[in-house]
Amino acid sequence: MKVAVCVKQIPDPADPGALDPETRTLKRDVKLILDESDSYGVEMALQLVDTAGGGDVVLVSMAPNGERSGLSTALAMGAASATLVSDESLVGSDALTTAKILAKVIAEQAPDLVIAGSESSDGYTGTVPEQIAGVLGWPSVTAAKSVEVSGSAMSVQRQTDAGYDDVDCPLPAVISVTAGVVEPRYPSFKGIMAAKSKPVEEKSVADLGFSADQVGWAGSGQEVVDVVDAPVREAGEKIEDDGEAHLKIIDFLESVKAI
Amino acid sequence: MTLDTIWVYAEANDGAVASTTQELLTKARDLADTVAAVYAGDGDDVAEELGSFGAETVYATGDLEGALVGVPVASAIAAAIEAGDGPDAILLGTTYDGRDIAARLSVLLDATVITNVVDVEVDGDTLVGTEPIFGGATEIKTKFAGDGTRIVLVRPKSFPAESNGGGEADVEDLDVPDLGTAGGATVTNRHVEESQGPKLDEADLVVAGGRGLGAAESYDLVDQLASRLKGAAGASRAIVDAGWVPYSSQVGQTGKVVKPAVYIAAGISGATQHLVGMKGSKNIIAINKDPEAPIFGIADLGIVGDVHKVIPKLLEALEGR
Repeated sequence: MKVAVCVKQIPDPADPGALDPETRTLKRDVKLILDESDSYGVEMALQLVDTAGGGDVVLVSMAPNGERSGLSTALAMGAASATLVSDESLVGSDALTTAKILAKVIAEQAPDLVIAGSESSDGYTGTVPEQIAGVLGWPSVTAAKSVEVSGSAMSVQRQTDAGYDDVDCPLPAVISVTAGVVEPRYPSFKGIMAAKSKPVEEKSVADLGFSADQVGWAGSGQEVVDVVDAPVREAGEKIEDDGEAHLKIIDFLESVKAI
Repeated sequence: MTLDTIWVYAEANDGAVASTTQELLTKARDLADTVAAVYAGDGDDVAEELGSFGAETVYATGDLEGALVGVPVASAIAAAIEAGDGPDAILLGTTYDGRDIAARLSVLLDATVITNVVDVEVDGDTLVGTEPIFGGATEIKTKFAGDGTRIVLVRPKSFPAESNGGGEADVEDLDVPDLGTAGGATVTNRHVEESQGPKLDEADLVVAGGRGLGAAESYDLVDQLASRLKGAAGASRAIVDAGWVPYSSQVGQTGKVVKPAVYIAAGISGATQHLVGMKGSKNIIAINKDPEAPIFGIADLGIVGDVHKVIPKLLEALEGR
């Protein structure tokens, strides 16, 4: 069984950085890490391949600047190889362009299943997995919380507002997974050492048959026209708990008629 | 300035139109001369309520026989647009199904989607959406370029829901074309997880727990306080990712948007990804050991203290009230 996992390398959310006022894109001069949301997809892929009795987990990623540190984390977890589409012209790409690029790499890899996080932690459009499926003409199940593959089909539990649905779906297909569905493994020392010699193939936009004006800002159907500071919410009273702070909370709840 | 026509993707539970749909219809009335709804199911079930929020027509697919809605609904909308019967713009809620439909439709139409919008306005013949980033501290305004159908994903609770007293909407069939293998995902069974008290995104009071609780067992304090105050219990992403509570409890950028009258953050530091989901709350109380926690920057009442000490005393003091 071959599973392709889409992974994104993002600035550490603990230090989310800022917008570059010139390009109106996220500043990426900071060290990038594997989006934690994607570690669940990597783990689920490794488990599925294990259950299937063999196969490979391959990574698919896109970045404007050749960044690899996040890929190294996923390779150290156990993925076999990675393809990184890296090209300066990708800056400003919208979600649809991102999906077209990733779908092209996935089609070359011809996996049985594609796994992606439900949404990235930085851009959070939440549309890329379903758009990839659309470009490939494959079925998809988003918000998957568990997956069982048998032969050329899978059964998926899909999150809903009320609980979850059981969904049957033929393969090949795309699923997106939410955080917390599996426990991502920590890369072992052996895994980290092995990752150093795993193949990471770098491709340009032209390698995939796209022209520079089809991607990035030029190929995006949207433009950022303004960046503004949101209205600031003022902080109120802050007190140290002296053992009686709960009474302050009671007073507050009474003052707003919550009790 | 208004557009000619906007379609709103309508969602409903047991025949009751979702509040997000009501919000979108209310906003669409400001943006376009004609507002219609698209519904995956029997249009007669929802025509009256959708009409009362301003939808003149309900384009209904009829029974989809268990198919996940993304592919069939997007394909049906795309077919209508190709036939020249489409709208200028389509608004969908940022929901599981709304995202699926918007994403599939964007591929079928080769049109971009503007996502996570909290406000939208007309600019000439196009739309400009406002999206919060960095936990809502910054907002970017994004405009659709070029021609084509504008697809907009709107975050829940971005607009008030107001009926305009409109009469029952006309129901018209929206034909679903042959889907091939892409439409192969089928729901075989639905599971409803019973929860007590009000729903998280509808409650007037929310108590949410975070990493400061220290261990999964301590989430019981959050549950107890929520129940005592007749509110709903929520969680930060950190403890959902850690598996202490289910994903459905998550408040934030990933997860639910809440705007209760009172939000009590227990042991939540206030990462940007959490703030964007709750900073619209009317009153915010924060309890956290770390005096530097960012949550205090937006709290009306901040308690620098240990949730394990403050909440039990609070529960005791509320006893018998």
